[in-house]
Amino acid sequence: MSKHVIVIGGGVAGLEVAGQLSKVGIEVSLIEKESKTGGHLNNWYKLFPDRRNSSEVKEYLNGITANNGINLMTDTTIEKFNRSRSCFSITTNGGKELIADAIVVATGFDLFKSARKEEYGYGIYDNVITSADLEEMFRKGEIVLTDGSVPESIGIIHCVGSRDEKVGNYYCSKLCCVTAVKQAIELREHLPESKVFCYYMDMRMGGAFYEELYREAQEKWGVNFIRGKVSEASETIEKKLMVKVEDTLAGRPLKMNLDMLVLMAGMEMSAGGEKVAGMSGLKTGENRFFAAADNHFGSNKSNIEGIFYAGTCTAPMNITETISHARAAFTEVMEWLRNGKR
Amino acid sequence: MKFDPFIIPFNIGLYFILIYVVSRSVIWFRDLSRPDKLRLQRGFFGIAFGLSLKEIFMESLIHRKIFKTNIRLGYMHMSLAFGWFLLILFGTIEADIFSAKHLNAPYKAIFFRFFNPDHGRMGFEAAYGFLMDLILAFILSGLLVAVLKRFYSKIVGMKKTTRLKMSDRIALTSLWLIFPSRLLAESFTCGAYGTGSFLTGSLGAWFATFLPAQQMAYPFWWLYSISLGTFFVLLPITRYMHIPTELFLIFMRNSGIKTGDKTGTYSEVQTYSCSSCGICIDACQLNFSAGITNIQSAYLMKAIRNNDDVSEIADNCLMCGRCDQKCPVGIELSPIRMIQRRAGEAENDFRNIYKGYFRSRQPIISEKAIGSSNYSFLHETDPEKADILYFAGCMTHLTPTIKNSMIKILDASGVKYNFIDEQGGVCCGRPLMLAGQDKEARELINYNSQMIWKSGAHTLITSCPICYKVFKESYYLDVEVLHHTQFIKMLIDEGSVKLNFLRNKVVYHSPCDLGRGSGVYDEPKEVLNHVSRLQKSNFEDGNSLCCGGSLANMKISSQKKKKIALEAAIELTKDNPDILATACPLCKKTFSAVTETRVADISEIVAEALIEKPVKKNNISNVKSIRELANI
Repeated sequence: MSKHVIVIGGGVAGLEVAGQLSKVGIEVSLIEKESKTGGHLNNWYKLFPDRRNSSEVKEYLNGITANNGINLMTDTTIEKFNRSRSCFSITTNGGKELIADAIVVATGFDLFKSARKEEYGYGIYDNVITSADLEEMFRKGEIVLTDGSVPESIGIIHCVGSRDEKVGNYYCSKLCCVTAVKQAIELREHLPESKVFCYYMDMRMGGAFYEELYREAQEKWGVNFIRGKVSEASETIEKKLMVKVEDTLAGRPLKMNLDMLVLMAGMEMSAGGEKVAGMSGLKTGENRFFAAADNHFGSNKSNIEGIFYAGTCTAPMNITETISHARAAFTEVMEWLRNGKR
Repeated sequence: MKFDPFIIPFNIGLYFILIYVVSRSVIWFRDLSRPDKLRLQRGFFGIAFGLSLKEIFMESLIHRKIFKTNIRLGYMHMSLAFGWFLLILFGTIEADIFSAKHLNAPYKAIFFRFFNPDHGRMGFEAAYGFLMDLILAFILSGLLVAVLKRFYSKIVGMKKTTRLKMSDRIALTSLWLIFPSRLLAESFTCGAYGTGSFLTGSLGAWFATFLPAQQMAYPFWWLYSISLGTFFVLLPITRYMHIPTELFLIFMRNSGIKTGDKTGTYSEVQTYSCSSCGICIDACQLNFSAGITNIQSAYLMKAIRNNDDVSEIADNCLMCGRCDQKCPVGIELSPIRMIQRRAGEAENDFRNIYKGYFRSRQPIISEKAIGSSNYSFLHETDPEKADILYFAGCMTHLTPTIKNSMIKILDASGVKYNFIDEQGGVCCGRPLMLAGQDKEARELINYNSQMIWKSGAHTLITSCPICYKVFKESYYLDVEVLHHTQFIKMLIDEGSVKLNFLRNKVVYHSPCDLGRGSGVYDEPKEVLNHVSRLQKSNFEDGNSLCCGGSLANMKISSQKKKKIALEAAIELTKDNPDILATACPLCKKTFSAVTETRVADISEIVAEALIEKPVKKNNISNVKSIRELANI
């Protein structure tokens, strides 16, 4: 009898793990709350660090999930969760009950809601946008202010909702820095006349080829990096945005007038993930992400046998790491189905 | 019988405590500042003396305020204090009437039955004996509650009771022994002689049926004397010092003495007046929301009395003022805590001398110097002349919706004003003050004062209760300071703005610095009532909660702050309001992070209700009208 695995979440991690499982003949049900799979990847224009088109990764993911009989359930959420011995049963919002031998949680992340940092004026002032909004502008190929004009000076604020005790997020989302660098380059590319300023606390360029991209942004594209956290943004009479920031390298306070402000929203545990955690008894950590059974050799395992994690539901990760993590989840699931399950 | 050696412990204790209290009062009086000495002298011959006698009766004996908070706890305190007072009073009268001569030594009254075992057989004597037994029964009932409370605090409706130190324990034990030993001593004596009333008489008669009452009585008279003596001798180094000290406190307070910003007689008298009743512990959100149970005011008072290092305790406080509001003794807890904050950790080389009986006072300077502040980068400004200034404050700049709403309201009202910190201002100074850095705060206050003075304004409107409190209290300016809720109330009363009725269900959270801190409770609620359906909550006015976001706590973790905010938000939104309204940008920010209910400042709600284009252009420039209205 073939085994059945439920994958919760149809983003990069969910698609990868579902694809790998279906390839070896395991029956897979993929639950996705949106009407199409792909998750946050759908909102991206180009990817760091090599700035390839995001559709290439999407094509790959569609490729491995096609033709293997994955039971894809879009517009579906989980309403009930039960566990008896080592079998799991999940009831969906449509009232359908699924019985599975293992579950892979790939609920991903939510972007920090930038309106919570009211001092940056998202939702209050025109032309304060988030990194996700800017990606969408790039995809449309139109970077304009609300009045239709082209911005001349653009500020990018790093660490919005990351490393911020005031909003209760101590952790580093680790990808906003490189996203900012990528977007700064693309802004300069699209708007050669514009000036771009990045306000950062630290530049965390830990990934492969990130530092190179950072150097390129400075040398080739003339992006200005200012070390200091923006304290607040306000609107001037001419409807420009004024930011107050301390340049901590020069040791002086600055006030700058900008046309557009981009907030690098951090990553938070997804609302869907929190719902799953509440229903299933899966443990979450102090950062509210799912807590892995072991940080070093059990990052796919949960506190419940037979439930595994894949991707950013456990911590911020880039696409490369997410895919690796999902493949690791696949091997853990296989091990469980072959030897672990009683 | 005239004398028996068993009275010696009592006599030693009694004369010791009398001499001690007198010398302590002399020291306290000597240490008062000259103006305070004059206040006290004037109070002695004035109305303050009468008021104090009344208050001493109501609070020190009856414990009216504790009754108000908690009937069972009130009964416990009253039966012990008032009962003991009656026992001494009527005991003295008894000894005076029924003894051979008048004006007896105190021990004659206290041990009356020992020296007059045959007394109280009939008539008036017996009736008097009945009264004395009744009083003793009254005290014993309270004592029973006290004993139960110590082991099971919920019996009196308290969640927590104070922890004790060693000398407190001994004093407590001797206090507990006093009245039972008196009961037994009297009962045995009565049993032996066949006297006594309903309590001592019946108990004694019963004892006499199976015990040698005559022989049993004597050891209990010794025990009674020893417990009294021990209690009196230990009194000055235990929390029971509050019994004599509270009398001084009440008199000093009625004479108009205030805590001020340095340690002195008054702060010390207040510290010793704390009975560790524990009401502040139950009132404290750090206790019931965040599980921090060692920093409440009762513990601060105790630590100061013990000359412990209190900086950890002093800094771990939201300064919400809930305990000030609830303290039955009326100790000015927040000012005393502020004094300790100014002291910091610098001055701890003081010592207990005479083992705590005479405490050398901690020399606390009013200004703590941590390095040197340098605000020379602040340039002098020349603000535009205006009658009315709007000072948004830093927190309002961090919540621009409030700022924008205020601009909208100000513009609609037709008032001519100058938005003085539009381009960013200088801090009002209160955060530094709360950190005990008065000197640095004063520099900022001077800078802002100069700017306000230069503008020639007569009214200053601010959106932040933190700024409001410091402008009101620590700026010496001839300017009427209004919180924006007061200003909006004024505009509504004058008809300068016209507002729609929004039909929203709104619950109001009173910010600490505006409500308890500055006494502004009504205007915000009146404004909300004008534009929306205002709901009642269980935490109104003086009993309102702290949002947890307070700048004052320098020790608490952000998770614990969040817990306080979450629990407060849950309490406030119990009746599912559409909006959780507040009048403070910091409260707004704190609550927004923890509740799904919309959180809004009153100015935002008013700005939404605003009917654009004022009916008539109104120009308030009349100094008098503003002042009069502000005084409503």
